[in-house]
Parts: sequence; structure tokens; C-alpha cells
Amino acid sequence: MQNIVCWMTNCFALLGQWAIHLFERTGRSALFLSRIFQSIPSTIVRPWLILQQLYSVGVLTIIIVLVAGAFVGMVLGLQGYNILVRFNSESSLGTMVGLTLVRELGPVVTALLFAGRAGSALTAELGLMKTTDQFSAMEMMAVDPFKRVIAPRFLAGFISMPLLAAIFSAVGIYGGYFVGVALLGVDDGAFWMQMQKSVDFHEDFMNGVWKSITFGFVATWIALFEGYDTVPTSEGVGRATTQSVVHASLAVLALNFILTALTLETN
Amino acid sequence: MTRHTLEIWVGVFVAAGIAALFVLAMKVSNLSTVTTGDTYNVTARFDNIGGLSIRSPVKASGVLVGRVSNIVYDDKTYSAIVTLSIQQNFNQFPVDSRASIYTAGLLGEQYIELLPGAEDGYLKDGDRLLMADSAMILEQMIGRIIADKISE
Repeated sequence: MQNIVCWMTNCFALLGQWAIHLFERTGRSALFLSRIFQSIPSTIVRPWLILQQLYSVGVLTIIIVLVAGAFVGMVLGLQGYNILVRFNSESSLGTMVGLTLVRELGPVVTALLFAGRAGSALTAELGLMKTTDQFSAMEMMAVDPFKRVIAPRFLAGFISMPLLAAIFSAVGIYGGYFVGVALLGVDDGAFWMQMQKSVDFHEDFMNGVWKSITFGFVATWIALFEGYDTVPTSEGVGRATTQSVVHASLAVLALNFILTALTLETN
Repeated sequence: MTRHTLEIWVGVFVAAGIAALFVLAMKVSNLSTVTTGDTYNVTARFDNIGGLSIRSPVKASGVLVGRVSNIVYDDKTYSAIVTLSIQQNFNQFPVDSRASIYTAGLLGEQYIELLPGAEDGYLKDGDRLLMADSAMILEQMIGRIIADKISE
């Protein structure tokens, strides 16, 4: 009896520890975000800092986005053709490829790639800076690390994501076009016309853009916070990098479901 | 890497992103086919609109002339009142034109077909179409055919 009570209290203690830790981190990340927002005005007057980060966050991610987009689009074209040809409706291939990429796959896959390629790099960079006490050193020199290091990275991620998602979708659609029209013989005019008929500018295209903006915001925020909140050991940096990718990916997938449900409900 | 090359790369990236957005907006979505010109509204009363929805096409002889802009249910007459927004450059439909709900293909989307009448006056903003044919409901028709067969 004594043992069971002891075991139960231990269980509750563990649960409580976990809950307190969760709330602590949520609170810290909210404070972190508000400090980023406060630092943005003084970052905008130094565009060179943002430009440097745009290079490492955006430009270096283009290659993987281009290759992934082309292959995803080609697979969509191939698979879509194989399914649609059974119903004699392969002319709707454009609809399928366009809607899938613009609404769902474009923003989501780009955000996952972004979290893996750019997010992990941001986390590792900030984590190492924290481990080697560079933030404290900056504060000693009266340089605010939020203005100098974190806000430029946040802005760069926020700007890059929608552009990368658009590149992904555009390349993917041309990949699907290549497979469907050039290789499998779907009619060229039907491909584009069916696509234009069913992809609405406000409901589908803008929905995709809003999604990519949201994902860019969330993925960059998580990556930066995980780096800033690292346990300052080499093991901590490794764990933070892993967590950054896992958390950002899960957040993107969950948010995508919520956003899709919200936008479909209004129709 | 010098400052200049870095600037060039970022410029290329931003330009590529904006170009991709532009391609998606113009070539993939319907922005280029949306007509933002002036429209005038006429209403029509249907017993049953079937699967008609807001933004469904309004066609004349199969050509797109406008879109459905509003659908409300009138609980005085127990029927649906559909507002059609027709483009201003098609403003010569006679007042006794007839609106019918058709289906594109057997299972396709539903649209309104305008059949011009013979009167002299033209439809103008706020008019009501006097003749409107309801949608054909496939289930009802099948039910009727089966009922006929049984009664034979």
C-alpha cells in the first residue's frame, strides 16, 4: 500500500514537472518573440545584416527547393495521370497538379525543407554562440544580441519562406507539365485551361501564400528560440538542433491541418 | 565572398521568388481570366437550385457572360432567389429572357444558361427574370422513372 501511494505521488510529480517545464518554455518563447518584435525597427535601418542572413537562409536553400519541387511535381504528374486516365479525364491533370501544389504541398514541403536546411543551421549557430558565451560578450560591449544577431535572422526567414514556397510551386507545376504534357501526351491547352478554371486567385493562391507566411514565421521562431534556449553544452547544442527540426516540422504539419480546415469551412 | 556578389545572389533569389509568385498568379490561378469590369445584377426565382453556388458561371449560348453573386432563400414564397451579376458589355438581353440551371456534363458543375427572349426592352440592374427553370435533380428523375415502370 505504502509503495503504491509512493509510486502514485512520483507519477504526479513527474507530470507536474513536465507541465511546469512546458509552460516555462512557452512563456519564455513568447517573451523571446516579443523581444524580437521590439528589435525589428532598429534592425531595419541596417539592411546589410538582413541581406547577409537572406543569403544564408534563402539563397542557400534554393537548390534543395528547386530539386525537390521539380521531383514532387513530376511524381504528381505521373501518379495523377495514371489515376485520371482510368476515368478518361487526364485533361484534369492540370487541376490536380495545380491545386495540390498551390494549396498544400508547396507551402508544407517547402516549410519542412526550410526547417531541415535553414532552421537547423540557425539553431546550431545560435546554440554555439550561446555555449561559447558570445551573447554575454556582446552585451558587455553594449551590443544588443537581439538587434544584431536574432532579429535579422528572423526577418530573413520570414521573408524567404513565401518566396521559396512560390519557387517550389512554380517549379513543381512545370515538372508536372513536363511529365504530363511532354512525356505522356496530355493536351497542352487542356492542362493550363483546366488549371486556371479551378485554381482561384483569392481562395487558392492567396491561401497558399498566407500559409507559407505563417509557416515561415513559426519555423523561424522555433529554430531561433531553440538555439537561444540551448543548454550550453555540446550535447545541448546537438539536442537543440534535433528538437528544432522535429518541433518545427510537427508545428507546420499541425498548423497546415488547422489552416486547411478553416479555409475549407468558409466555402 | 565580397559584399557585391552576396548582394547579387540575394537579388537573384528575391527576383526568382517574385517571378514565381507572378507566374503562379497569372498562369496558374484564374486572375488573368477574372473580369473586373462593371456588372449589373438581375434576380431569378428558382424552386430548386440543385448544386448551384455563389461564383457559378452564367452563360449565354455557352459563353461566359457573368457569375452568380448571391443566393438567398425566400421563406414567403418558399423558393430560392438567385442574383446574377452579368457583365455590362452584355446588356442587351430582352426582358423576357429565361434562366435555366444546367449541369456541365453528367456529373459536372452546375451553371445558369440564359435563353434570350423576344421582347423589345432590355434587362437592366435590379430586374427580375420572370421565367426560371429549376435544376434537374438526377435522383428525382431516376425515382420518377422507377415509379413509372412500377405502375405500368
